[in-house]
Amino acid sequence: MAQRLNVLVCSGASCLSSGSIEIKKKMLEEIKKAGLEDEIRIIETGCMGPCELGPVILVYPDEILYKKVKKKDVEEIVENHFLKGRPVERLLYKSPETEKLIKKHEEIDYFKKQKKIVLRNCGMIDPESLEEYVALDGYEALGKALTEMSRDEVLKEIETSGLRGRGGAGFPTHLKWKFTKDAEGDQKFVVCNADEGDPGAFMDRSVVEGDPHTVLEGMAIAGYVVGASKGYIYVRAEYPLAIERLRKAIKDAKEYGFLGENIFDSGFDFDLEVRIGAGAFVCGEETALIHSIEGKRGTPRPRPPYPSISGLWEKPTNLNNVETYANVRHIILKGGDWFASIGTESSKGTKVFALSGDIQNTGLAEVPMGTTINELIYDIGGGAPEGKEIKAVQLGGPSGGCITKEYFDTPIDYESLTELGAMMGSGGVIAMSQDTCMVNTAKFFLDFNTFESCGKCTPCRVGLKQMYKMLDKITKGEGEKGDIDKLVELGESIKKTALCGLGQTAPNPVLSTIKYFRNEYRQHIENKKCSAMVCTDLLTYTIDPDKCKACTLCAQNCPVDCIDGERGVVHEIREDECIKCGNCYDVCPFDAVIKTTGELE
Amino acid sequence: MEEAKVKIPDNEYYQKLEEYINEVKHMPGTLINVLHKAQGIFGYLPVEVQSFIADKLGVPYSKVYGVVTFYNFFSMEPRGKYVVNICMGTACYVKGADRVVEYFKQKLGIDEGETTEDGLFTLTSARCFGACGLAPVLMVNEDVYGHVDRDKVSEIIKKYKEKEKNE
Repeated sequence: MAQRLNVLVCSGASCLSSGSIEIKKKMLEEIKKAGLEDEIRIIETGCMGPCELGPVILVYPDEILYKKVKKKDVEEIVENHFLKGRPVERLLYKSPETEKLIKKHEEIDYFKKQKKIVLRNCGMIDPESLEEYVALDGYEALGKALTEMSRDEVLKEIETSGLRGRGGAGFPTHLKWKFTKDAEGDQKFVVCNADEGDPGAFMDRSVVEGDPHTVLEGMAIAGYVVGASKGYIYVRAEYPLAIERLRKAIKDAKEYGFLGENIFDSGFDFDLEVRIGAGAFVCGEETALIHSIEGKRGTPRPRPPYPSISGLWEKPTNLNNVETYANVRHIILKGGDWFASIGTESSKGTKVFALSGDIQNTGLAEVPMGTTINELIYDIGGGAPEGKEIKAVQLGGPSGGCITKEYFDTPIDYESLTELGAMMGSGGVIAMSQDTCMVNTAKFFLDFNTFESCGKCTPCRVGLKQMYKMLDKITKGEGEKGDIDKLVELGESIKKTALCGLGQTAPNPVLSTIKYFRNEYRQHIENKKCSAMVCTDLLTYTIDPDKCKACTLCAQNCPVDCIDGERGVVHEIREDECIKCGNCYDVCPFDAVIKTTGELE
Repeated sequence: MEEAKVKIPDNEYYQKLEEYINEVKHMPGTLINVLHKAQGIFGYLPVEVQSFIADKLGVPYSKVYGVVTFYNFFSMEPRGKYVVNICMGTACYVKGADRVVEYFKQKLGIDEGETTEDGLFTLTSARCFGACGLAPVLMVNEDVYGHVDRDKVSEIIKKYKEKEKNE
């Protein structure tokens, strides 16, 4: 029976942790109370994208989006909207410019500029329901491929589409498939890389949690083309919900005969298994990932041979990223030409980006390739909060680089980003405002890479450590003239000599911040100044005697007891003992604690 | 390692683990799965458990040890009842996750990777949880806390201390 209203409750990671399950429970209760059980259906969906507005609820067919819903709002929504047909205005989205209420979710800027292919089902269906997936053409592409197309025809379609690897490097997908198909081997494998380790990236998580079958279907089609009967999905341990949903999806698909033996009576067998990572970033590198599935230490090995020739258990293995597989079924259904009509000359289709950092609309956005960075961070992302200005975006995580505002009109595709010294990467976009210190950010990424370096090759193991030490010195105000050049020289040689992708790209965040923000490095070294007020060692805390009300709050919270004064006596910080923890600054109710940086004039 | 804290796990645990090992033994490359299971049962992976696994799977102990020490997820030290895991992903870092770590260090009087003397809290950090919309974010066991600031840190610690009292 068709329901009068479908209420979609976003259960993406972000909404989930801000209480969407409680809201759903409460809503079920209230609907029951109002006697609307037969008219209204509540569906728990995957991530809808606008995480900043969470918990989000979308009501169909009116397409009304409620934002920041609290448990106590539920009664009102049921009473006024579901019963009386009057949407609750105070929970609707307001245009930040015009202050106008926007009811329909598609009219919200955040959604307007997006084009959803990969995320089409995310936030629209119950990810745990195979029926809902099938209702939206699910497994139709697999059926078409198996019953109407030869392996070469499928491959040709992928070639026409121009699909390239979405894991970051952008290698043409059809070539990878062809290499594996042509490779000799009695047994071949298909592997999905869902080890989304880049900090600031949560696209794959959302796809797997919000629409797991789409990934399975893409993998099965790949299996058909390359001649594999077994596949593995390698998911990081930090994503327990994704693991659970994938396992359920595989089980359901097997029950319905979309996976298993003799799929669609075509004689094609394909089985899938989930393998869980154990917290090692380097396992996102394909040869390391393969070692990890084999149950070994996740260290990379030199290539060639590439996995398509010798991969899992030395058998030909096709390895793609989650988003790459998620595109496949749409290409088969709508044709390679359709896909190729979207995007730029060299980069086709769309890309999912995860927006975070100093940006208003944190969340997921899928845009056609060729969209400019400006459109992505301002039209969709809404710019930085509190009137701050975005001075740079960081793309490609610990392997990528930053792009400064002068280049924000660059259309996003693989080549243009690489030219700017950044990279497409997996799709994490981190906005940085004047409150972000670029030297400290570079240090953060290098700390990450140094820690995650597997230690197998010297340039990465030793070289990164040295770079980190230099950066650490600089952020502590102990930098010396010549350090910047040394960093560049060392970084360049690590790039040339490291064994795998991790080491070869690890210096990028440093090199690109030096390229665009050399001045910030200089300030740290020459003036002992951090204008973003981030590097604690370069800060000085003092108390403004005119503002201090002598309330002793700061002194009570000082962990090293370096604040003199008592009730009625204006406080003073003994600077030589201060550890610059900032407690006093945070707790002072009168803004009497002043934070400064740079050598005193 | 202090001796008093290490309780040699009883036979029931080993039995449970052995049952699981027998179930998955035939699957190729299953060592990491077994380690996940073992850590789930014992809470951590002491050398005794590692050598038990090596024995049952028929692989060299050095291989098991090599894998355990390679991956951050596996711990050879017992952990507190509540593991405070602070996300140090870029988005959280930009929003001050390092300050959150500091607050916890001050409040709990332990360093990262350490456990409080009462065995209640272990302080760790992790690479991106993929919940960047909630930055800075942390997890206490399976519970997620977003937009964490100084006050929330105190609340969180209080919450678990009280929970412990009531149990």
